[in-house]
Parts: sequence; structure tokens; C-alpha cells
Amino acid sequence: MKKQKLVIIGNGMAGMRTIEELLDRAPDLYDITVFGDEPYGNYNRILLSPVLAGEKTVDEIMLNDESWYSDNDITLRHGEGKRVVEIRRNRKVVITNDGSEEPYDRLLIATGSKPFMLPLPGADLQGVIAFRDIKDVDTMLAASKKYKSAVVIGGGLLGLEAANGLMKNGMSVTVIHLLDSLMEMQLDDAAADMLKKSLIERGLKFEMKASTKELIGKKRVETVLLDDGTRLDADLVVMAVGIRPNIELAQKAGIHCERGIVVDDTMLTFDPSVHAVGECAQHRGIAYGLVAPLFEQAKVCANHLAQKAFATYKGSTTSTKLKVTGINLFSAGDFKGNEDCEEIVLEDKKAGIYKKIILQDDKIKGAVLYGDTIDGAWYFQLMREESDVSEIRRTLMFGQSHVGDSGTGGIDIMSMSDDMEICGCNGVSKGDISYAISSKGLFTLDDVRAHTKASSSCGTCTGLVEQILMATLGSDYSASPSEKALCKCTEHSHDRVRSAITSNELKTIPDVMKFLDWKNPDGCASCRPALNYYLLCAWPMEYKDDGQSRFINERAHGNIQKDGTYSVVPRMFGGLCTADDLRAIADVSDRYSVPEMKVTGGQRIDLFGVKKEDLPDVWSDLSEAGFVSGHAYGKAMRTCKTCAGANWCRFGTKDSTGLGVKIEELSWGSWMPHKFKFAVSGCPRNCAEATIKDFGVVCVDSGYELHVGGNGGIKVRVTDFMTKVETEEEVLEWAGAFCQHYREDAHYLERTAPWIERIGLAPIKEKLEDDKVRKELYERFIISQKAAQIDPWKARTSGKLKKEFMPIKDLVS
Amino acid sequence: MTKTKNWVEIGPLKDIQPKGARIIKHVDGDIAVFRTSDDKVFALDNKCPHKGGPLSEGIVHGCRITCPLHNWVLELETGLAVAPDEGKAKTWPVKVEDDIVYVELDDDVVMVEG
Ligand code: SRM
Ligand SMILES: Cc1cc2nc3c(=O)[nH]c(=O)nc-3n(C[C@H](O)[C@H](O)[C@H](O)COP(=O)(O)OP(=O)(O)OC[C@H]3O[C@@H](n4cnc5c(N)ncnc54)[C@H](O)[C@@H]3O)c2cc1C
Ligand code: SF4
Ligand code: FES
Repeated sequence: MKKQKLVIIGNGMAGMRTIEELLDRAPDLYDITVFGDEPYGNYNRILLSPVLAGEKTVDEIMLNDESWYSDNDITLRHGEGKRVVEIRRNRKVVITNDGSEEPYDRLLIATGSKPFMLPLPGADLQGVIAFRDIKDVDTMLAASKKYKSAVVIGGGLLGLEAANGLMKNGMSVTVIHLLDSLMEMQLDDAAADMLKKSLIERGLKFEMKASTKELIGKKRVETVLLDDGTRLDADLVVMAVGIRPNIELAQKAGIHCERGIVVDDTMLTFDPSVHAVGECAQHRGIAYGLVAPLFEQAKVCANHLAQKAFATYKGSTTSTKLKVTGINLFSAGDFKGNEDCEEIVLEDKKAGIYKKIILQDDKIKGAVLYGDTIDGAWYFQLMREESDVSEIRRTLMFGQSHVGDSGTGGIDIMSMSDDMEICGCNGVSKGDISYAISSKGLFTLDDVRAHTKASSSCGTCTGLVEQILMATLGSDYSASPSEKALCKCTEHSHDRVRSAITSNELKTIPDVMKFLDWKNPDGCASCRPALNYYLLCAWPMEYKDDGQSRFINERAHGNIQKDGTYSVVPRMFGGLCTADDLRAIADVSDRYSVPEMKVTGGQRIDLFGVKKEDLPDVWSDLSEAGFVSGHAYGKAMRTCKTCAGANWCRFGTKDSTGLGVKIEELSWGSWMPHKFKFAVSGCPRNCAEATIKDFGVVCVDSGYELHVGGNGGIKVRVTDFMTKVETEEEVLEWAGAFCQHYREDAHYLERTAPWIERIGLAPIKEKLEDDKVRKELYERFIISQKAAQIDPWKARTSGKLKKEFMPIKDLVS
Repeated sequence: MTKTKNWVEIGPLKDIQPKGARIIKHVDGDIAVFRTSDDKVFALDNKCPHKGGPLSEGIVHGCRITCPLHNWVLELETGLAVAPDEGKAKTWPVKVEDDIVYVELDDDVVMVEG
């Protein structure tokens, strides 16, 4: 069959992103031709500012060079003569200015915007330009070598970046702005004032509340005349007063346009064979002028072009950052607010710090940060996810490092030198990361992880990497986590996959993959374990666990070590043990020459360095002595740490050890989205560290305080207090119900701490406080435990499953 | 000694689970034999080019394996790491005849077995 012809007008960021996404989904569906009137491949327009400032080269900002087109069998027609001047919809052809024609079956318009040029007398003089493309940058760089004075008209994001760049090239620069406050689209007055002050300190000059009357010169511009009669020397004038969606072609072809080309939620125009994406498109009344929304549009459009029609675009929340090295400024969402909003403001003029957060109904609506933008990414995330922030409101302003976590809070990326190490696990420096971002065309956290390994191991440095992305690109384009696709094999988010499983009664991994149109028939090492867990959680009594979709630790029931051996941890309920238990463990250690034993931080004993082929026998011996697996390796209930408690301790108020054993007996074996730890302390001295556990109990004289969402790992997080109950039975019921709610709601590999931070404590509390809901959750937990509390060790000490642990052939002995 | 090649019988295909792997003990280091979901069979040195992780313990998806230690992904057919990672695990010729798996090894190795 002959392939359909897809023609793209516009060789820019949105159009080419759509093609990349399309090739990813349906590489062979179309015969693709791209028209572009710039004589380059596709480049990262955002980074023109650093190119102008001399911080990057043009080569470094190429996203797809010309060989990318030929490698992917795409016909690129670009440069002189290849501007599309007409779309003939009745014949389905486009016509270029050199007269050639190209037929299409489907057309994608991605013509971007045109800089708006003020219609001033003298606007056609030499040396009067916009700031939009490589040609403009070349003109500015050439002018800065020959001339001295420049004027930038417009004190918005683009104007200031242009002015800064020209100044860095040695020119004397004046910015003319119509209002008395800079960047009024992104900043409130207080932040704008601080910004102006520091730009003046750097050497920029400003004419505020000023409007230009005329540009004067013979052939080349020489003087700018303002309305109030002021004259400014100008050998170069850059107009940065705004952009207009480039809709001329579409309009001429009779496609419905308002401000931009009107598209629906699938990025289709009023003509069913014509799509539009990027700055030229108008969706639900908005034409976006930033890259992040365009990328989201590109995804949706590609989906429909690939005929996998289910994705829809619903509009975007945007954030911006000024890309002037040394100035930290961040703005997102609705930063002005209205009468229904509340403001939290922190201002320290001397230190040059200003922060404002706008709240509405306990959710962040917008933020402006100046001077200290470390938490920009965090606020933006809370905003996009619409998290309930009522519980952290008191410390919200002080940033993520103050919600009880000892991550990387407080480090300012801007003041770091290039050789400083960002990722301690993989030894990646700040310079490595920023170089990779520009030279490899990376936009998201995931891109950076794949290419540099930074933040791909323990994740502590994620915040720093986000800051570098922000500083380099003006934003971090990672899709909002709640909508984020589960992995590269699918478009669907964790939540959608989970609801599809339950509402459509999908009961095997292949069923899920088929129903949701998985891109790779076998999935990958990220989605298979997630799907296996989701199915197990949804259908506890029916689902047949798929061992091949589990990470090796959960298949071998031990922790894989760097040399390929395993560690084995038998369960010791509540940390209690007998002399016989210890003897049995000692015997196993002798019998299998275990190289090392250690008491773990989870109050039990670890046997290190067990060979894979010895595992079944080690288990069998431990099983015989009455032990079950400790799941020290699994995304599962791990331990219940206890203290001495009322039986022995002079301060103990309750039998914390006994309660700990009961909790562990209730919950052992349970598979979870991530690991899950309990602790019970006998009094508020809290020797069992219950307030950094997923579920912690602190006994007090009058009952039991229940705390949730603690984490002692990479980011220390103190628990939130949930409730106080009076009896052990109630503790067990709340514990089981909490586990079940977490099991049913959280994303795979999301521990309770980030889960609670994502959805907020309030909705969880609300559920559990409802007696009926709590009892139902508890009941479901008990049912799933019936299937889960089968000792995995016993099942694998003989027969076929044992064989799996032996070599298939031994050519050595 | 001239190195000649020799097809060595490894065992019945059914002894390797689909999307699974078993290892051959070998004087020059273990070899992992993989079986994919559509019953293709591949053999690679059981040593990840990154830091030597045991590939046989990874997750098999399509014709690829994800290493259990730090999640590198390798092509089973060529042993090459999937970009942006770079590296290669040695591959060995395999065939399946009458549901028996054979791997082609160097002759001197077979002599050790004998
Ligand atoms: C054995 C033990 C260290 C010890 O000797 O004490 C241990 C060993 C490992 N921990 Fe741990 N952790 C151990 C207690 C802890 C504790 C303390 C505790 O449980 O009270 C913590 C902090 C508390 C917490 O989890 O909130 C802890 C936080 C981590 C983390 C960070 C988790 C986080 O949410 O930030 C990881 C990484 C992960 O899970 O992704 C981790 C991962 C690991 C792994 C499994 C690394 C890996 O993936 O291979 C280590 C396996 C070593 C091995 O080769 O066997 N280990 N680990 C402890 C086993 C306890 C047990 O009996 O089950
Ligand atoms: C200096 C600068 C800094 C910026 N900084 C940021 C930032 O920090 N953060 C951010 O999110 N965004 C920033 N932007 C905005 C961002 O670059 C744009 O939103 C984005 O490039 C728009 O993508 P697009 O594909 O819609 O348009 P473009 O990238 O402009 O692509 C459109 C292409 O179509 C071509 N074209 C138009 N008409 C025709 C025709 N008839 N025939 C053939 N070809 C045609 C154009 O020449 C152009 O190459 C910045 C922009 C500039 C100029
Ligand atoms: S045991 Fe835990 S802290 Fe120690 S090296 Fe391993 S993961 Fe890191
Ligand atoms: S050893 Fe295989 S990924 Fe590190």
C-alpha cells in the first residue's frame, strides 16, 4: 500500500517535536516532507539568548541536524525559496515561493510566531531588528563588533535577555519600557523592582514609562526619539514588544483563525486533514508562547497522526525563568491572584530575596521568586499536581528543605562552579550536566538521567538537576508527574492503568498491554514489575504472580550483591528472638560458609554472600527452624521495629514489643508499591524511631498515637500525626486500613512519604476516619493477606522452582 | 593449539522459562542463555559491560535484557548496550534443534569438559 503523505510547514521546535513523537509511535506510517524557511536543521530557539551572551555556540544548540532528517527518511526542503506561500485545500497541495508544489494527505501547520514590529517612522532603517532567530543573533553580534550603542524596545523576558546579551558583547544598552514595571507578565511590582535594581548594577540603562516616537537615521538607525523628547544614541534597535501567532497562510487558505489557528483538544483545525501545533495554534482561547505547552501539544498531535487516538490536550500550566546568568528569578501560574486568594510573602531587601506564593482553597495557584529560586521546581510541582498544602503551610515559604527533609535543600546552583559534583552516586558534575543539556538537546529530568546518569540512582540530587535545567532552559519540561506516562512503553499514567485494570477486569499482564495498546509487546523492566504489582493488588485471590516480571531480588528472595551473590534475612517478629533461633541461624551460617553476618538496622540478622545455587538449601534449613522470609529485598512490608516497652523499661507505658509482634504478624508478606516499615515505641522517648517510619505507633499513657508517612532514607521525613486511638485492636485496624489504602492508591515505587506529599494528608485522613471506609479497607487487607502470607521460601526449596537456581550446564567441574 | 568451534549440547529448551535465563558454567566465566517470550534463544557472557552484573538475573523484554544491578539495557542479539549507554557483552552462537539448545564454543573449552 502506498504510504500517506504528511507535510509539515515550519521546521521549528513544535513541528519537529511532533515528528519525533510520531516516529516513536508509528515510524513507517507516512511519507514525510518538511518545509522550513530557515536554512538550518531544527535548533533550540530558547538557547539563542545564551548564544547571544557568548555562553553557547550555534552548533551546541542544534536539536536535529540535517543528517537526522535523512536518517529518518524525511524530505527536508528548507532555506531560500522554500517558504510555503499558499495552501490549496481543494487540491491538497502546498506551494512554495519558488513555485514548486507538494501534495499532502495530512498537513501540519507549525509556523510559530512573528515578532511584532512597531509601525514607527524609521522602522525600516538598517540596524532595526527583532530577536527571533539565528539570523537576528548574527546581526546583533556583527553590530556589537562595529558599533557602540544599542536600544532595546520592550522590558519583557525577551527584551531583557537581548539587552543582557548585547551588554555582554560590550555595547552600551538602554531598555525602553512602556510600563513602570519590568516583565509585568511574570512579575509583581516588588520583584520587578529588585530585578531592575540588579540589572542597573550590572550596567543596563532604563527608560521606564516611555514610548518611542520615531527612529532617526540616514541609511542606518542613529537615534531613538521618545514621546517626551528624549533622544537616545542607537546604532542598533531591537524590538521585543511581543509576538503574534503566524497565521497568515492558514487565514489565506480559509482555515478558521482567531488570534491563532483554532484547534480542538486533538490539535485538529476546522479542516479535518489539517493539524496545527505550536505558537501559531490557539487552544481553548490561548496561544502559548513557551515551549513546555508546545511539547505537550506535540505529543497529543503525534498520537492522532499515528492513529492511536485517545490522547487529548487540556491546556498547560506554565512557569518561566529569566535566563540571565547570575539573576535568579522564577514565576509560575497566577502570580497576582484575586480576592478569593491568599498571599504568603517573604521579603528581605538587603539580602535581595523576595518570595510570594498565592494560595486558593489550600492549593498553590502561583508563585514569584526572586533571589532564591531553589524551591521553584517544588512549588511548581505542588501547583501542577494541585496538592493540598494545608498541612505544610506554616513552613511552605521556607522551602522543601523545611518540611522535615534533609535532601539538598539550601544549595544554590547558580553559585556552584562547573566542576562541583552534583550526583554523588555517579560522579557527575554541574558542568557535565549543563553541557549535556545544550549539546544533546535535553529538556526533561528523564532526558538528563538517561544521558548523564545524574539523579538516576538514589535521587538525592534531583532538586539540583531540576535547578540546572531551569537555569539552562528557563524551565524544566518534565511532564507533570500525575499525568506522566508509566514508562516509555505507554502513554498512560499510573492512575489510568490502575483504573483500567479494575474497571475493565483485566487480569493478566498481556491483557493489560493489549487493552491499553502497549508499544512494546513485552513491556520493559519498568512497567512489567509495576503491572505485576497492580494486578496482584487488584485481584489478590485470582492473580497468578508472574515471576519473570519481578526484579531479581523478589525472584530470588534475597538481595543481589555487587558480586552476584545474595544476602538472606530471616524474619524476627518485632525484633524478638530466642536462643534456639540464634543457634539455628548460626548453624546455617556454618553449614554454608556464609562469609559475613550482621545485625541490621531493622532488628534482625543478615547473612551476606550466599551463592545462588545454595539459596534453596539455606532457605529450607531456615524454614525447618521456623523462620519465614524477612522480605528485606522486596517492595513489601519489611520490619516492625520495637523498643523494650512496659515489660522491662521503667518509662514504658504499653507493651510495645508485643504490639509490634502483632502488627508484624498481621502485615508480613504483604506486597506494597514500595517498601514499608513499621515501628512501635513504648513512650514518647521513641527509641524505636517510630516517627520516621511509614507507619509509626507511639504509646502514651492514655492510648496510642498513630503517625504516618515517615522516611529515614534518602530524604529524611518526619511522620504526620494521623490520630490517637485507645486499644490495640484499633491500632491494628488503622494499620491494616492504612496499608491497604496505600496499596490501592500509590504509584508503584512511590513510598508513603512522597505519596502523602503528592496527594496531601487530608484526603487520607478523611478516608480512614470514616468508620465504614476504614473497616472496608481493613477487610480487603485481610483478604489479600490470605494469599500473601505463604512463605516464599518453603515454596522454592524443591522441584521445578529449585531447578531455576542451578546452572543448566556445568562445563567446569 | 588451533581453535576450532564446536556445537555443545546445553539442554532442553523447556528448562529455560520464557522471558528467563539459565547459566552455563564455563572456564572463562559463566555464559547466560536467554529465552524470549517468542522462543528466540541467545547466549551472552553473563557479565554486564558496565560493572560486571550477572545478566542472567535481569528482566527479559523483547530481545533485550535489563541488567539487575544498575539497569543498563543490552540487545540480546548483538550484546550491545542501548544508547545512550555504550558497551558490549560477548555473544555466542546458539541454535535450537528438536527442542534442544546448542551453543557454539571454542574447542579447547570442550576439552576441559572432557
Ligand atoms: C541490611 C540493611 C543495612 C544494615 O545492615 O543495617 C540495609 C541494606 C540495604 N538497603 Fe536499606 N538497609 C537496612 C535498613 C535501612 C534503614 C533503617 C531501618 O529500616 O530502620 C533505612 C532508613 C529507613 C527508611 O527506609 O526510611 C534504609 C534505607 C534504604 C533506602 C532509602 C529508602 C528511601 O525511601 O529513601 C534504600 C534505597 C531504596 O530502597 O530504593 C535502601 C536500600 C538498601 C539495599 C537493599 C540496597 C540495594 O538495593 O541493594 C541494601 C542491601 C544491602 C545488601 O546487599 O544486602 N535502604 N535501609 C538494613 C536492613 C534492614 C532489614 O532488616 O530489613
Ligand atoms: C530569544 C528567545 C528566547 C526564548 N526563551 C524561552 C524560554 O526561556 N522558555 C520558553 O519556554 N520559551 C522561550 N522562547 C519561546 C520558544 O522558543 C518558542 O515558544 C518556540 O520556539 C515556538 O515553537 P514553534 O515551533 O511554535 O515555532 P518556531 O520555533 O518559531 O518554529 C516555526 C518555524 O517555522 C518557520 N516558518 C514559518 N512560516 C513558514 C512558512 N510559511 N514556510 C516555511 N517555514 C515557515 C519559521 O521560520 C520557524 O523556523 C524563546 C524564544 C526566543 C526567540
Ligand atoms: S547498605 Fe544501604 S547505606 Fe549501605 S551502601 Fe548499601 S544502600 Fe548504601
Ligand atoms: S553492572 Fe549492569 S548495569 Fe551496572
